[in-house]
Amino acid sequence: MLLEQSLNSLQFGLMLFLLAAGLTLVFGIMDMINLAHGSLYMIGAYLMASFVQATGSFWVALPLALAATALVGAALEVTLLRKLYERDHLTQVLATFAVILIANEVVRLIWGNQSLMLNAPAGLTGPVELPGGVQYASYRLAIIGVGTAVAVLLYFLVTKTRVGMLVRAGASNREMAVAMGVNIRRLFTAVFALGAALCALAGAMLGPILAVQVGMGENILILAFVVIVIGGIGSIRGAFVGSLLVGLVDTMGRALLPIAFAKMFSPQVASNLGPALSSILIYVLMAAVLFLRPQGLFPARG
Amino acid sequence: MNKVLTIALPAGIAIVFPLVMHALDQQFYTSFATRILIYAMAAASLNLVLGYGGMVSFGHAAFFGAGAYIVGILAVEGVSSLWIAWPAAIVVAAAAALVIGALSLRTRGVYFIMITLAFAQMMYYVFVSMKAYGGDDGLSMPARSTGLGVSLSNDFVWYYLVLVLLMIILYLLHRLLRSRFGRVIEAIRENETRATAVGYPVYRYKLLCFVISGAIAGLAGALIANQTSYVGPALLHWVQSGTLMIMVILGGVGRFWGGPVGAVVLLALEELFSGTPLLGDYSLHWQLPVGVILLAVVLFAPQGIAGAFSQKSQ
Amino acid sequence: MLSLKNLSKRFGGVVAVDRVDLDVAAGEVHALIGPNGAGKTTLIHQISGSLGCDSGEIRFLEKDITRLPAHERVRAGLARSYQITSIFRRFSVLDNLALAVQARSGSSFSFWKPVAKETALFDEARAIASQIGLSEKTESVAATLAHGEQRALEVGLALATRPKLVLLDEPMAGMGPEDSQRMIALISRIRAEVAVLLVEHDMDAVFRLADRISVMVNGRLIATGPPEKIRMNAEVRKAYLGDELAA
Repeated sequence: MLLEQSLNSLQFGLMLFLLAAGLTLVFGIMDMINLAHGSLYMIGAYLMASFVQATGSFWVALPLALAATALVGAALEVTLLRKLYERDHLTQVLATFAVILIANEVVRLIWGNQSLMLNAPAGLTGPVELPGGVQYASYRLAIIGVGTAVAVLLYFLVTKTRVGMLVRAGASNREMAVAMGVNIRRLFTAVFALGAALCALAGAMLGPILAVQVGMGENILILAFVVIVIGGIGSIRGAFVGSLLVGLVDTMGRALLPIAFAKMFSPQVASNLGPALSSILIYVLMAAVLFLRPQGLFPARG
Repeated sequence: MNKVLTIALPAGIAIVFPLVMHALDQQFYTSFATRILIYAMAAASLNLVLGYGGMVSFGHAAFFGAGAYIVGILAVEGVSSLWIAWPAAIVVAAAAALVIGALSLRTRGVYFIMITLAFAQMMYYVFVSMKAYGGDDGLSMPARSTGLGVSLSNDFVWYYLVLVLLMIILYLLHRLLRSRFGRVIEAIRENETRATAVGYPVYRYKLLCFVISGAIAGLAGALIANQTSYVGPALLHWVQSGTLMIMVILGGVGRFWGGPVGAVVLLALEELFSGTPLLGDYSLHWQLPVGVILLAVVLFAPQGIAGAFSQKSQ
Repeated sequence: MLSLKNLSKRFGGVVAVDRVDLDVAAGEVHALIGPNGAGKTTLIHQISGSLGCDSGEIRFLEKDITRLPAHERVRAGLARSYQITSIFRRFSVLDNLALAVQARSGSSFSFWKPVAKETALFDEARAIASQIGLSEKTESVAATLAHGEQRALEVGLALATRPKLVLLDEPMAGMGPEDSQRMIALISRIRAEVAVLLVEHDMDAVFRLADRISVMVNGRLIATGPPEKIRMNAEVRKAYLGDELAA
C-alpha cells in the first residue's frame, strides 16, 4: 500500500510540476501573478476531450490540444497580460481573476455545464503488476513516465540551451537581460505559450482521473502557488522539488493520517479531524517555509 | 452642503426603499436589498484593511464565513439568541484575524497575499470537514436569531435592523479613519519605512487594523447566516474573497464609500445579468459581463487602484 | 552621545562594514565621508536599526541599543533622514510633519477623536515647517514639492521627532547650488539643539559644517579628526580626496 501511495504521490507531484513550472517562470521573469494559469489547464483539458471525440484517438488529440492551448496562451499574453507587467500585484490579481470568470463562462457557453468524458487511451486502461504483486493502473504509470520525461526535457531546455539561459537570466535579473539585448517581448510570449502547453498537458493527462469540469482550474491553481512559494519563485528546480514535496505530503497525508488517527482517537473524531488535517497539511508546510526560508527552497533571484 | 447630500441621499433612499417596494408589491427586492447591505458591511471591512491599510488580504472570506458558521452552529445547537450568537461571531472572527494576522503580517508583498490565501483555505477545509455541521453541504438554520422581541423572519423588520447596524458600523469607521489611529494606518500604507523611522511600531498598528476589519466581517457573516438561514463552506472559499475584493475595487479602493458602492454595483449587476430578458437564454452566464467589466475597470480606471498603491508590492 | 564599537556587517562574502569604531559627541556635527560603496549608508542603517550587526555594539546616551527595534531608537531620540527621499507623498507638508509629531506625543491607539481637532500637533508642525523653510508650502501635497523642498521635508521629518541626534544621509543629494546653500544654513541652525552625523559627498558643505570628519573606505574607517587634519592626511588624499583639494 505504501508503494501504491508513493506512486500516487509521484504522479500527482509530476503533474503539479507541469503547472508550477509555467507559473514560476511567469512569476519569476515577468514578476506577474497570473491567476488565470488554472484556466489554461482547464481549457487544455476541455480541448483535449473535444479533440479525442473528433479524432477518436488519444495520442492524435494530445499534440493538437497542446498546440491549441499554447495558441490561446500566446493570444492571451499578447492582448491582455502584456499590459499587466508594469502594474502592481493587486491589479494583476484582480485582472487575472476577471480572466478566470470570463474563461469559466466561455467554457460553459461552448461546452455546457456538464462535466466532459475523457477516457484513458486504449491499451492503458488496465492494471499493471508491480514488483511485490501490487496492481497499479497502467495509465497512472504512463503519467509518471510522461511527467518525468517532460521534467528532464525542461531541465535540458533551461540549463543547456541558449534559450534556457536567456530564460534563467531573465528570471534572476530582468533589467540585465534587457540590457544584454534580449528581445524581451518575444521571450515573454514564448515563455507564456510554453507554460500554457504544459498546463494543457497536465489537464489532458489528468482528465481521465479527475473530472473535466468548469472550476477544475481554481482548485489546482492554489496548490501550484503553494508549490512555487515553497520552491522559490522563478526557479524550475524549486518548482520540481516543491511539487514532489507537496504531492508527497498531500497524498500521503490523506492516505495515512485518517488511519493513524483511527488508531489514536475515536472513529468519530478521526473521521472529522483526519481529512481536515490532511487538507491543511500543505498549507502548514507553506507557512513553515515562509517563516524559515521566505525566499523558498531554491530562490532564483540573487 | 455637499457632505450632507452624500450622506442624506443614500440614507434616505435606503430608509424609504422597503416602503416603496411594499407599496409596489415587490417584496423580493427588500430581501435582495438586505443582502446588498450585508455585503456592503463585509466590503467596507475589507476596504479598511485593503484600501486604507494597504494590506492585500486575499483571505477575507475566512472571517466572513467563520462569523456565519458560528451563528449557524450555535443555532443548530439550540442557541438562537442574537445577544449570544452575534457577539460570539464577532469574537471568533476577531480571534481568527488575530492569529492569521499575527503570522501573515510578518511577510510582505506577494508572500502576504499568498499566505492570507492559504490560511483562508485552511479554514475552508476545516469547516468542510465538519461533517457534524453539514460538511460540504452546509447547514440549515431553523430560523433567524431571536432576542429582540420582534420576529426577525419578517423581511421588513430584518431589513431595518441590518440597515441600522450598517449605519452604526459605517459611522464607527468614519470616526476611526479620522482619528489618530486612522492617520497612522494611512501613513503606514503610504510609506511604511518612514512610519517606522518616525517612531511608530508599525506591526502592531497593522495587526490591530487587521483584527478590527476581521471583527466587522464576522458581524457581516452573522448577518448573512440569518439572511438565508443557511451557511455553507462556499462562504469561506477564496472565490468569495475575490468577490469581496472586486466589490472594493469597483467601488473605489481607499475611498470611504468604496465598500458599499461596490457591493451595490456588483450585486445589482449580478441581478441584472441573471434576471433580465436582455441576455435571454444566456442570463445564467452573468459572470461573463461582470468579468469583462471588472477587467475594464482594472485596466482603464487606474486611479482607483494605482492611486492607493503607488509602488509594486515588494 | 553615540558610540559605535567594533561594528561589522557582512552580506554573504562581502564585508560592508568592517570593525568600525566611531563616536559622536553632544552638540557636534560629525561628517562621514568616503567613496561610493564604502559602506556609509550600511552603517547608517545599522545605527538606525534597519539592519542588524554581525558584531560590535552601539551605545546611545549610555544605553546599549544594539538590539533595540528601529522604532524604539526613534523614541529614544535617534532620528534619520534617507538618501532617497522617503516622505508621505500624498499627504500635505503639514500632515507629514504632524504625523511625526504625533508619534511622540501620546498614544496613537486612539480611535474616536478626530486628529483635526488637535491644534497643538499642528502648531508644532507649523513651527518645524518654518524651521526648515517650508512655511509657505504647508498645504502643498508633498509629491508636488520641488526636489530641494522634498529634501528639506525629509530632514524636517527627522527633526519633528525631537531627536537628540540625527543621522543625515546625503541630505544634499541631487541638489543645485541654491538649494545646497539653504540646506547648509538649515543644518547650521539645528546644530545648537541636535547632534548630527552627516553623510555627504558635497565637500564644500562638509568642510564648512563639520567639527570632526571620519573617512570610510571599503568598510573601514581610515581616519578621524578635525577638518584640517583630514585635509592634510596623506592616506585620505590618496583614497578619496585626491590632490585637487589642496590646502
